[in-house]
Amino acid sequence: MRHFAALVAKLGTTTKTNEKLDALVQYFSVADDRDKVWVIAIFSGRRPRRAVNTTQLATYCVELAKLPFWMFDECWHTVGDLAETIALLLPENETAYNERRDDERPLYYYIEQLKRIEKEEEPVRKKFIVESWAELNRSERFVFNKLITGSFRIGVSQKAMVNALAKATSAEASVIAHRISGNWDPGTITFDELTGDEAHATDLSKPYPFYLAYALEDEPASLGNPEDWQVEWKWDGIRGLIIKRQGELFVWSRGEELMTEKFPEYHSLQYLLPDGIALDGEIISLPPAEAGATTFRRPLPFSSLQTRIGRKNVTKKQLQEAPAGFIVYDLLEYEGEDWRSRPLSERRSKLEALMAQWNYTALELSPVVRFEDWEELKTLREQSREMNAEGFMIKKRSSIYQVGRKRGDWWKWKIDPLTIDAVMIYAQKGAGRRSGLYTDYTFAVWDGDKLVPFTKAYSGLTDKEFAQVDAFVKRNSLEKFGPVRTVKPELVFELAFEGIAASNRHKSGVALRFPRMLRWRKDKTVTEINTLEDLKRMLEVYGK
Amino acid sequence: MPLIEFTDHGFYCRAGDFFIDPWRPVSKALITHGHSDHARWGSKSYLCHTDTKPILETRLGPGHYETVGYNEPISINGVNISLHPAAHIIGSSQIRLEHKGEVWVVSGDYKLENDGLSGEFEPVKCHNFISECTFGLPIYQWKPQAQIFSDIQQWVLKNKAAGKSSLLFAYSLGKAQRLLPCLAEVTDRILVHGAVYNVHMALVNAGIKLPEVHRVTPDTPKEWLKGAVVIAPSSAEGTPWMRRFAPLATGVCSGWMAVRGAMRRRNADAGFPLSDHADWDGLLKAIKATEAECVYVTHGFTAAFGRYLNEHGFNAKEVKTEYGDDETEEKSTDVLEKLEE
Repeated sequence: MRHFAALVAKLGTTTKTNEKLDALVQYFSVADDRDKVWVIAIFSGRRPRRAVNTTQLATYCVELAKLPFWMFDECWHTVGDLAETIALLLPENETAYNERRDDERPLYYYIEQLKRIEKEEEPVRKKFIVESWAELNRSERFVFNKLITGSFRIGVSQKAMVNALAKATSAEASVIAHRISGNWDPGTITFDELTGDEAHATDLSKPYPFYLAYALEDEPASLGNPEDWQVEWKWDGIRGLIIKRQGELFVWSRGEELMTEKFPEYHSLQYLLPDGIALDGEIISLPPAEAGATTFRRPLPFSSLQTRIGRKNVTKKQLQEAPAGFIVYDLLEYEGEDWRSRPLSERRSKLEALMAQWNYTALELSPVVRFEDWEELKTLREQSREMNAEGFMIKKRSSIYQVGRKRGDWWKWKIDPLTIDAVMIYAQKGAGRRSGLYTDYTFAVWDGDKLVPFTKAYSGLTDKEFAQVDAFVKRNSLEKFGPVRTVKPELVFELAFEGIAASNRHKSGVALRFPRMLRWRKDKTVTEINTLEDLKRMLEVYGK
Repeated sequence: MPLIEFTDHGFYCRAGDFFIDPWRPVSKALITHGHSDHARWGSKSYLCHTDTKPILETRLGPGHYETVGYNEPISINGVNISLHPAAHIIGSSQIRLEHKGEVWVVSGDYKLENDGLSGEFEPVKCHNFISECTFGLPIYQWKPQAQIFSDIQQWVLKNKAAGKSSLLFAYSLGKAQRLLPCLAEVTDRILVHGAVYNVHMALVNAGIKLPEVHRVTPDTPKEWLKGAVVIAPSSAEGTPWMRRFAPLATGVCSGWMAVRGAMRRRNADAGFPLSDHADWDGLLKAIKATEAECVYVTHGFTAAFGRYLNEHGFNAKEVKTEYGDDETEEKSTDVLEKLEE
C-alpha cells in the first residue's frame, strides 16, 4: 500500500506531465504484479464495487474521532472529498504505524478484502474498515478510502498511464491502449496476460480505443484544399463502438462501458451483422425508419437520449418516446481484420457499400456534407442546430484511424454556444483543487420582479476570478442552508450552453446542456440580465 | 459595560481608553503581533512587546512606540495590563487586561508548539478569552515541527540531487525565520527575497540571533542561483523574479497545505503543512486552560468552532473582525513588498 500511496501523493502534487510519467514508470517497475493490474484497473475507471456506503463510513469515522455528525459535514464541505475528510479526521498513531512498517500489506490485499466483505454482514464490514484504518497512516488511509468511495480522479489521464506502461514494458503506446481496453477482470488476469503479446486475442469484446479530435481554432481555410477533407455533422449523442465477433454483439461507450444491455434496439444486429466487424459511431436518439424511406433520419435532441442513460431496465414508454439508433461514422474492423491503418477514403467507401446493402433500422450512415469551398461550409454550419448537431467533424481523407486525441488529421468545428446573462444567487464550495473555495454557483434570471433560479455552473472562470468571487461570497452571504450560501444578487455572468430543453424538474421549466461561465460581466448590473421570457423564447427556437 | 467592546474599529477597552489590534487608526493601540492585519498603519501611539517594535518600525515607519516585556505588568487609566507569550511569531503576545476583578485575555494569533524562536505559549487564566480559530476544524492536526522540517530537508536534498533550486514560499515575518535553522542544516547558503530580507535585518539589528541569509539582487552571482535554496513570500509566486533560479521546484509552507485541494490549487511542487497557528487540538487545549466563562471566537471557522464549543460545555460567541483568514496571504499593500519593487 505504501508504494501506491506514494504514487498517488506524487501524482497529486506534481503539475508536470513528465514527472507524472516518471512516477508511473517508477511505480510499474517496482510494484507487485498483482498490484500493477489493479492500478491499471483503477486508473482506467474499473474500481471494485462499493463495499460500504458513505453514511456507514462517516459513522465509523465520527465514532473513532469522537465528533458530532454536523462537524463531519462541515469538514467534508471544506475539504471537498469524502475519502480525504475521513483520512484527516481519524486520529493518527505515528508510533504504532512505524512499528508495523515491515509487514505492510500490498494494495491487492485491501482490494480483495473489500470484495470479500461486500457480501458480509455490516459488523464484519465495519471490523475490516476500522482495522484497516488503524494499520494505515494518513496518506495510505486516503487511498484506501478512495478505493471504497470511487472515482480516482487524481490528475492522471489514461493517456499518461498508457505511456508509462508502454515505457515500462517496451511496447508501443497504441498497442498498450488497445490491450488494456475492454472487458477484463483485474481480480483474475495477470499483468503478463493483460499487457503481454499473446494476451489480447482471446477477448472477443475487445474494443478499439477511439480516435478523438481537437477543436479547430483557426479558420478552416487553414486546412488547405477542401477536396482533401471529408466533412460530417458532429452528432450530439454518446460516442460508441458496435462490435460483432463469433456471433456475439458488444456495444461500448466512450467511458469504456459495455452498454449492450441498455439498448434493445441494437439487439437484432447480433443476427444481422456479419462476424468480425467493428463500427465507430454515435449512440443517439433516432426516430424509427419509415418503410421504404431512404432519406437520412434527423436525430432527436440530446435531452431525449438522456432519459435512457443510466437506466438498466427500459420501459416500453421510453422505447417509444426516446428510441435509440446508431449513426455510423467509420469501419474499424471487417471480416475480422483491423482496418484502422487503411486510409479513411477506403474505409468510407467500404462502409457506404455495406450500409447500402444492410439497410437496418438501428443503423444510419453519417452523411458526408457536400461543399465547394470553406466559405460555403461556414454557411452550412449555421444549420447545425436545426440538424440537432453540434457543428462539423472535418477528417482528412487520407487519415488512418489513430488512438486517442491527436492533432492534425481530424478536427471538430463546433458552433458557437448559446448565451444568456444571469445573476449569481447561491454559492457552494467546490471539490478537488477548488476545495474550500466557493466555486459552484446557481444563477437566476428575472421573472417579472422575482429572480428565478435556472441553472448551476462550475467552470469557465480563471483561478484569479474564482478567488475574487469567493471573497465576494464570503462577504455578501445572506443565509446559510447546509453547505449552500444565498448571496446578494449582484454579480452578473454571461453563461454559455450547448442546448436547452423543457424540464418539469426545474422551477424555471428549462434545463440547459453543459452550462458554463463564459465571461464575468463586470460591466452589467442585475437590472440588465435576461428574463425567463428570453429563456422560453430560446426553448421555442432551439429546444425542439 | 464589559471591559472589552467590539466596535467597528476593533476591540475597545473603555475603562483604559485604548484599542487592541484596531483595523482603523485610533489614538492608542495595543498590538499583539507584527503581522499586517493586526498591526495597522495610522494610529497615534502603539504599545507592543519589545521584539515587535523593530517589526512595526520597519512596517509602519517612524511613530510613537512603547514597549514592554512578557509578564511585566503596567497600568493604563487604572486597567492592569500584561503581555504573555503567544508563540505565534517573534514578539507575539496575548494581552491580559484586569479591571475591578474582571480578567480578559486577547490571544491575537497563537500556537502551542514551541518553534524555537517565538517562545513557549503561556496559558493565562481569565474570565473572558478572545481566541482566533483560523484552523478551527478537526481536519487540521499538525505534525510536530521536527517531522515537517525533516520532510522539507529531504525535499531540498532531492532537488539538489536533481540539479534544481528549492524555492520555499513562506510568510516573510515568522515562517521565513522559522525555516532558517531547518534549511541551515542542508545548505550553507540561504538566499532570500527582499521582503524576507527586510524583516530579517530589522530583527537582526534589534539583536535577535538568526542564521545568515543573502538577499537576492541583480548582482547575486550566477553560480549562486543554480541549485539554490531560497525563501520568498507567496506574492513572488509566478513572477518573473522566480525564473532566475531555473530549473527549480517550489514548495509552499502553510497550514492550508494539509488539504490536498488547497495544495493543488497553489500549483506548487510540494506543500508543507507548517503553521504558526494552533491546530484543532491546540485551540481546544488552550481554551480549556484559560478556564474562561466566556470564549469569543474570531477570524477563522467561527461558526463551526463556536457551535462545537457550546456543545462541549463552553460558553462561546462569534465575533466578526477584519483579521485575515489566510496565513499565506500577504497584503499587496504591505510596505515591505513595496520597498522591494
